Amino acid sequence: MRNIKSKRTSWAGRIALTLCLTASFCLQADTLFINDATVHTMSSTGILQQGDILIRDGKVQQVGTGLTAPADAAVIEAKGRPVTPGFFAGITELGLVEIGAVESSVDSGLETEAMRPEFDVTPAYNPHSAAIPVTRIEGYTWSMLGASRSGSIIGGQGQAVSLSGAYQAFLGNKVLFIDVGADASEQSGGSRAAQWMLLEQAMTEAGSEVSWSPDPLLTSAGRKTLTGFRGDGIVIFNVDRASDILQVLAFSVRHELNAVISGGTEAWMVADQLAEAGVPVLINALSNLPDSFDQLGARLDNAAMLNEAGVTIAFQGAGTHQARKLRQVAGNAVANGLPYEAGLAAMTISPVMIFSLGDDHGSIEDNSTADLVIWSGDPLEVTSVADQVIIAGKPVEMVSRQTLLRDRYLPVQSELPRAYIKPTGSE
Amino acid sequence: MTFRKIISCTLFLLLTQASAWAAPYPSTYSALPSDPVLIVNATILTGTGARIENGQLLLSGGKVEQIGDATAKIDTDDATIIDARGRWVTPGLIDVHSHLGVYASPGIKAHSDGNEATAPTTAQVWAEHSVWPQDPGFNRARAGGVTSMQILPGSANLIGGRSVTLKNIPSITYQGMKFPAAPHGLKMACGENPKRVYGERKQTPSTRMGNVAGYRAQWIEAQQYIQDWEEFESKKGSKKNDKNGTEKAPKRDLRLETLAAVLKGEVLVHMHCYRADEMATILDMADEFGYRVSAFHHGVEAYKIADTLAENEVCGALWADWWGFKAEAYDGIQENIALVDRPVGGCAIVHSDSEEGIQRLNQEAAKAMTRGRRAGMDITPEHAIQWITANPAKSMGILDQTGTLEAGKMADVVIWNGNPFSVYAKADQVFVDGALLYDRENPDRQALSDFELGQQPGAEQ
Repeated sequence: MRNIKSKRTSWAGRIALTLCLTASFCLQADTLFINDATVHTMSSTGILQQGDILIRDGKVQQVGTGLTAPADAAVIEAKGRPVTPGFFAGITELGLVEIGAVESSVDSGLETEAMRPEFDVTPAYNPHSAAIPVTRIEGYTWSMLGASRSGSIIGGQGQAVSLSGAYQAFLGNKVLFIDVGADASEQSGGSRAAQWMLLEQAMTEAGSEVSWSPDPLLTSAGRKTLTGFRGDGIVIFNVDRASDILQVLAFSVRHELNAVISGGTEAWMVADQLAEAGVPVLINALSNLPDSFDQLGARLDNAAMLNEAGVTIAFQGAGTHQARKLRQVAGNAVANGLPYEAGLAAMTISPVMIFSLGDDHGSIEDNSTADLVIWSGDPLEVTSVADQVIIAGKPVEMVSRQTLLRDRYLPVQSELPRAYIKPTGSE
Repeated sequence: MTFRKIISCTLFLLLTQASAWAAPYPSTYSALPSDPVLIVNATILTGTGARIENGQLLLSGGKVEQIGDATAKIDTDDATIIDARGRWVTPGLIDVHSHLGVYASPGIKAHSDGNEATAPTTAQVWAEHSVWPQDPGFNRARAGGVTSMQILPGSANLIGGRSVTLKNIPSITYQGMKFPAAPHGLKMACGENPKRVYGERKQTPSTRMGNVAGYRAQWIEAQQYIQDWEEFESKKGSKKNDKNGTEKAPKRDLRLETLAAVLKGEVLVHMHCYRADEMATILDMADEFGYRVSAFHHGVEAYKIADTLAENEVCGALWADWWGFKAEAYDGIQENIALVDRPVGGCAIVHSDSEEGIQRLNQEAAKAMTRGRRAGMDITPEHAIQWITANPAKSMGILDQTGTLEAGKMADVVIWNGNPFSVYAKADQVFVDGALLYDRENPDRQALSDFELGQQPGAEQ
């Protein structure tokens, strides 16, 4: 919080600010004023140099230049630093897993082979996972929780979540996860062709009031879930190979699903079809190796080519604990031809649009939810860090289990064992 | 330290014997043809901790011939001049921890050749016998500025086998890549992996104490092996012990041969070890048996014992920010590399263990440098570049040949399009032993593996 200065604040503001420095969330700072920032609004306003942002009651009340801080506002001097909307952490298992290899701490998949689209990961969400502050203080304010480790090609449902640390932090509607391609071959009898056979059967079952098959794929709850996605439901297909992506597009048209491609290593090869269908892609922009025979077309300018073709893109692939790496992924996409502002959009407004979270997210405009980040420099650069994250108008304490470990071991010497050093994170 | 304390003065006899054995599978590497090149107006990070503005670098005969600032008198009349104004020059990057070739792309079962997970100790296996030189990852790594790397067996076993150090040139055989005169490494592993792999089979080790007992039993055998050979050598030709005048030689054992070579300091130990307490145990074990650990790899908790590592002259080969994927990686912090670097004598290395990460060692180093600076440590690019050049070279025993830009060393050089400590940085040109093996602007200098030839049109990217 070293960058918060009390310039232009009233006594009330200073008191609020003091509380900011000690509370885990800045409960009293209902009014916040960010002075002199380079504001990437991610709206039609574009970039505001020497921009000011007034935040009240969790919302951006005003953004512009030459604004005056109200007397009751806590003021943050940005000194020209970039401010962006909070970044999207990708599809993760944040709050669904504590340690990847510790099975008892992993809740992100239903390992049974039965097809259970009604499986929903959100009741397992734990906002106190150590991985959440670790990710949050690096500039990420929300993620898409994935049903990612299931035993069926239909993994189940996930939902977007704010990384505020609150118990009830979900955003938007549930989304459905489906795996297609070689990675899911084991779940479909060894052939990707059978994936379409199973999915077609599932959709047919879902359209029936009662189970008509003596050997149904779905429970009645599963039928209801799948039916619920017809029309405007968002279905995320994990798929890489170009020909499989085209199958996804056809399937989604047949069954009136809003498809989102995740993975999409070969999406550039069918970029025009994706653009035509209005289907967005979440890609790993670091993928440039034929990791599998589904990914022989991997190339670093996938993001640039999709963007050029008019496909909406965002990023994924940094995993859960390393979700904070996603902005480096975006930076590499920019280094390989993606226009800079498109790279920023892919971290902010684009995923908001992809997941239909509503107009008040993903940009910095009047009435936006005040999820913002003040960066030390270029937000996509590996030598920059998030200086201050703000969620729902409140400065987040920039502390994680990792910063506490750092602060315990940072002193060159310690008279007593370091176990007696218990940093609080407050300065 | 008590390195080599146990080695008796008669050991030279055995060394003579061993050198005959060390010869098999020799390197057939030879530098590709090159013409003299003079790089001028560059910002040069030398790898020795220095930075030269407006620097000049002459590469000739595959070696660094001369290096200096703008005032240096460079003695050449036939060199091609490359104007590197605005660009940066570094030594070729070195990755101390790669599985390219042994876990090649595509990652199919047929390419899974990195873990001989059939017994907890497989010191007899050599990673080079698994390396598939057509792994497209080698070409990608070169485009990221990597000119040398150590290919290691995986970490399923307590003692996984010998590593091999390669020069990153396209070759049909691994022998054609094998770094001339580089020592072998030995891959060892602490912690969760060996005890999980064998514990699940109801075999030993199933615990960390089982791990340590497992290593110690091996070293004891290796000591006996050395002793048996010493005795044989000392008795050879002695009539007193041999009525026929020929002493029966001990049976040659590939596993013990490797372990004996470690105890004799000929093979360098690279040990996968996450937790601080386990690293300390291993250092005690190294004292017990009189060998030394060259580097702890992964060392997610290395920052907790940074002083101990420095005192023992052990490098920490680390990630910039990986953590949380298993219990022993739970305490990872982003300042790990900077904190291991901090003590006098500290030796920090940025390693990849990843076919993606090896392409971007500069970015990983940039992140580690940034976190160190944010925590108040004064770390310059000219210092941090050593984490991906000189320090890995040191831990691999090849610093006398590469890893810095000093006259007489291999001309392993990268010209970057700008400051390499940036997400936007790209290697413009990569020289290996003076030969231009990658040029970002010239497709004729971008190698493509056999595997990718005729595949999807994206393959060359």
